[in-house]
Amino acid sequence: MEAIYADTKYRDVPVEEKQRLFDQVKSDMRWEETLYGCYECGICVAACPSARFYDFSPRVYAQIMAREDIHAFYELLNDSMWDCSQCFSCTRCPRQNNPGGIITIMREVAVNNGLESAKAALTAYSRIIYKIMSTGTQVAPDMLQPDFFPDWGPDVTAVSENLDIWRRMVPPETLHTTELAWDVAEKTRVELFLIWKLTGNLEMIESLDEGIFMILEEVMEELLEEHGYDIDDIDSVI
Amino acid sequence: MKQLPLKAKERVFDRKGKMPSEHYREQLFELEAKGELIVHRLTDEHKPVEIETKFGRTKRIPLQNTWHHKSCGQCGHIPGYSTTIFWLHRELGYAYCDPKEQTSCTAWNYYASSTSNPAAQAAVALRNFAQAYEDGFFPLIHCGTSYGHYKEVREQLIHHKELRDQVRRVLDKLGKPMVFPEEVVHYSEWVHVVRDQIAERQVKNFENVTVTVHPACHYHKLIAEDAIYDSELYDGQRTAVVSSVVRALGAKLADYSTWHDCCGFGFRHILVSRDFSRSFATIRKIERMKEEADPDVTLTHDTGCVTTLDKSQFAAQAHDRKIGIPVLADSQFAALAMGAHPYMVCQLHWHGVDNRPLLEKMGIDHEKAWAEFEVQAERVKSGEVEFISWEDC
Repeated sequence: MEAIYADTKYRDVPVEEKQRLFDQVKSDMRWEETLYGCYECGICVAACPSARFYDFSPRVYAQIMAREDIHAFYELLNDSMWDCSQCFSCTRCPRQNNPGGIITIMREVAVNNGLESAKAALTAYSRIIYKIMSTGTQVAPDMLQPDFFPDWGPDVTAVSENLDIWRRMVPPETLHTTELAWDVAEKTRVELFLIWKLTGNLEMIESLDEGIFMILEEVMEELLEEHGYDIDDIDSVI
Repeated sequence: MKQLPLKAKERVFDRKGKMPSEHYREQLFELEAKGELIVHRLTDEHKPVEIETKFGRTKRIPLQNTWHHKSCGQCGHIPGYSTTIFWLHRELGYAYCDPKEQTSCTAWNYYASSTSNPAAQAAVALRNFAQAYEDGFFPLIHCGTSYGHYKEVREQLIHHKELRDQVRRVLDKLGKPMVFPEEVVHYSEWVHVVRDQIAERQVKNFENVTVTVHPACHYHKLIAEDAIYDSELYDGQRTAVVSSVVRALGAKLADYSTWHDCCGFGFRHILVSRDFSRSFATIRKIERMKEEADPDVTLTHDTGCVTTLDKSQFAAQAHDRKIGIPVLADSQFAALAMGAHPYMVCQLHWHGVDNRPLLEKMGIDHEKAWAEFEVQAERVKSGEVEFISWEDC
């Protein structure tokens, strides 16, 4: 069948594989609350920020999933899915469909199955994954560097040059750190690491980026060991 | 007989009658009655205030003894945002807890990359809620993303026994009880409820300050029924938070056609595909505001929105776009009204767009204020003090 996108860069797979991936999306716990039937009014597209700048349409997702077009589904899974802003403006839908929610599930399926397109989409983002999983805060003051945010303006340079002093001048005690957003207690980080292991989240990262996974595992192993846990003995309970 | 169609002002939007969705509070109490979880209740010690939400239900907002669930983006890059939330509590005399035993909600990562799953997200949420319960304070959420996400988690937990069982197994391993708060409360709902108290303490005149408001997507679009609405503001057709504070402080609340649009944050886009974020923020939000309302400032109530709207404007200058609107959080705006120091408390030097013209319009001598800040900075540089404290502010 003819592809939606003319410049497909991913490899095609057998129809059984597409069906398997499709079934994974539909068997997700969240699926039943995402799609009630689409009558193509286009309100979701009108509200969607990504639709204005990308070759992306939330209506297409609702339609393709409702028609169970697994070939088109596979294209979306490898392509425009990552353009979604996850703002959920599409929930303005008069049928209470949630195309953004469909995409959340599809992305998770893509990551869990190690799709090359998912890896490519998240390559530049992987150090953020490392930060949030290893520290419990996603962004830290020391990330405000002019080489990472040159387009944010001269205030980034000013902050980075004065970071230590300016950070000491923020009154709340918990904010007296430059490496984390706030000072997270060690016990809390241990609990977070346990959650990643107990929910299989660390293993998700292995399928996405082996390098990040290895660094993460090392960091987690060290802290868990200090608190009496052997990382290899912690299995997923979900 | 009235001629149809009725004008908007003639219509009465009756919020009574059959609600379109189930009541989360009743469902939580039902689960508690079955022994599935503990509901962290609001009691008289929190001085809860009842307020109306989108379809007329009441929501209870605690005033004090709150556990401040901080935002990583705020604390990391916009420290004046978090600082002013705490400052307002201190000035109004409401006790709170600022915990170190808190993790990020991790929802920024969840929406950016989906490198997580519902069980992990729910476990992170409930670990934080269990900690708040054990600490004896009621959760107050600083970030719009966290707030919307925790409302989503609540929906998923209520409707999926399998998820509840998974999370219970995780929490058992952590030795934590399975607790969910009676309400998921955003700090802007607290600011909305205390706006008259803020106005009573107002020392700066905002009559000549024109404000546009950007309501955060994850505040009012995710689990839309659980957001504050007021029939006296926008005829009850838009969320009342932030705008109500502008009104209470006597500033001019100006409208613009793209109020419903997202800011363009995109979760992943703001970090690694910023051409999208800054294009959308500039073209659909800032330029529209400039053309239609020409505000002195735009206010919002979410970390991602402040970041996107503020930081997107610099690069847009390269394309001669009509930009230059300072961006603040409602808490910073309220704090300035009450006389908070623009740099010691509001930490405005971390913001991108030049906000000095705004400060001048508010009657704030920013040069004097910056000189005071630099005096305090010298105390830190010289080692006289290690950190600046609340008393120094």
